[in-house]
Amino acid sequence: MDIELNAEQRLDQEEFREFAQAEIAPFADQYDRDEALPSALIKKMGAAGYLGAVVPSEYGGRNMGAIEFGLLCEEIGRSSASVISLLTVQGMVCQALTRWGSTAQKEQWLPRLASGEKMAAFGLTEPNIGSDASNVETAAVQGEEGFVLNGHKQWISCGQLADVFLIIAQCEGKPSAFLVEKDCPGFSVEPITGMLGFRSAMLAKLHMEDCAIPPESLVGRVGFGFSHVAGAALDHGRYCVGWGCLGLAEACIDAALDYAGKRKQFGVPLKNHQLIQQMLAEMITNTKATRLLCYHSGFLKEKGDPALIMETSITKYFASRSVAKIADDTLQIHGANGCSSEYPVQRYLRDAKIMEIIEGSTQIQQIIIAKSGLMEHALERRRARKRQAQNT
Amino acid sequence: MADEKVVAKIREILAQFAAEDVEQDQDIFATGLVNSLFAMQLVLSLEGEFNFEVADEDLDINNFNSVNALVGFVEKKTSV
Repeated sequence: MDIELNAEQRLDQEEFREFAQAEIAPFADQYDRDEALPSALIKKMGAAGYLGAVVPSEYGGRNMGAIEFGLLCEEIGRSSASVISLLTVQGMVCQALTRWGSTAQKEQWLPRLASGEKMAAFGLTEPNIGSDASNVETAAVQGEEGFVLNGHKQWISCGQLADVFLIIAQCEGKPSAFLVEKDCPGFSVEPITGMLGFRSAMLAKLHMEDCAIPPESLVGRVGFGFSHVAGAALDHGRYCVGWGCLGLAEACIDAALDYAGKRKQFGVPLKNHQLIQQMLAEMITNTKATRLLCYHSGFLKEKGDPALIMETSITKYFASRSVAKIADDTLQIHGANGCSSEYPVQRYLRDAKIMEIIEGSTQIQQIIIAKSGLMEHALERRRARKRQAQNT
Repeated sequence: MADEKVVAKIREILAQFAAEDVEQDQDIFATGLVNSLFAMQLVLSLEGEFNFEVADEDLDINNFNSVNALVGFVEKKTSV
């Protein structure tokens, strides 16, 4: 595995960093206070090709490689974890459509999503259903003229600004995925405010009351909405979040090192105190480990290796847990200053906690990772038994 | 008569996700031997191993739910 960036990737990294530092970082605290993202930023991100980063060129996307896209998420995450939501959910819907959409769905939506002309959101979570995602309660009934949806979605990132939603609902008792446009009769959006973190991610509740959609709204097939359509979307989401955590961790380290060098206590800078050094050492080491996991997932993604699903889950798990601790220690180093709105580190901590919850909570990742490990172990045992039987 | 090499490859792929050896006709999803969390991994494994793309119109449980079904699906896709 090559963990050195090539010349093209380094140029892209420079471009992403310049964009994020000029267009996002100076305003991130304001977005956080406003609990909104300006449409001008979304337009700029669309024009730069970031909203269609993973969309194939034939549909007008920038068709980034996995590492290149990871670098974009890293730089955006460094400036504002909330803005990562835009990349995450737009990418999740684009990924699901690229993978499982019909030709007509791809032709209708991918060029518009890639340019940012239309925005998308992913509707899986519900008031009663979070981690138990395959058992969503939203119901879709198939009739002669299409499907009728009834149900509610909650905590939908970018729900306030999306034009189209990928909704997971039960159809004939089986999880299924549908594209629902915001102006569809019976569909309404209710903004959510006052969240702990991701405050500018423009979260919303979605309400569907006898919401009638045409038959061609079904993505994939009935029964494959969670395992395959949402599965492809969530894998993309976990990848994006993992790299976003890396960027956020780097922002934390920058802030912690800067403050530890300037702030004096007991006559010397904080950086001279060994208990501060311990925190710095932990955050630097865990960030480097996160970077290696991100690169490994990217390497597998570029190869199309099936192991990418598990490795991306492991990356998201480690990255989100690490950044939550790193942001906590960063704020601890800053003391009361860190709790004030004069420093961005309180935002870092609030956003870092959200990373542990979105796109599969820490506990769900633990279940997936442990199950995979147990299966791998059982497979090794079966192979050993077969080898033994062949030798006797 | 199914190609023995295809059968062996399918069984090798399934062994990565199933907690125990599966019978030829055993419903691997209904019995919970293969978890839906690994559905995308199964798709990627089939595509990588047999060099075809699983398309949206292939999303039929009858293509995926047993060793025999998977073998039939692979033979159908690779004979085109």
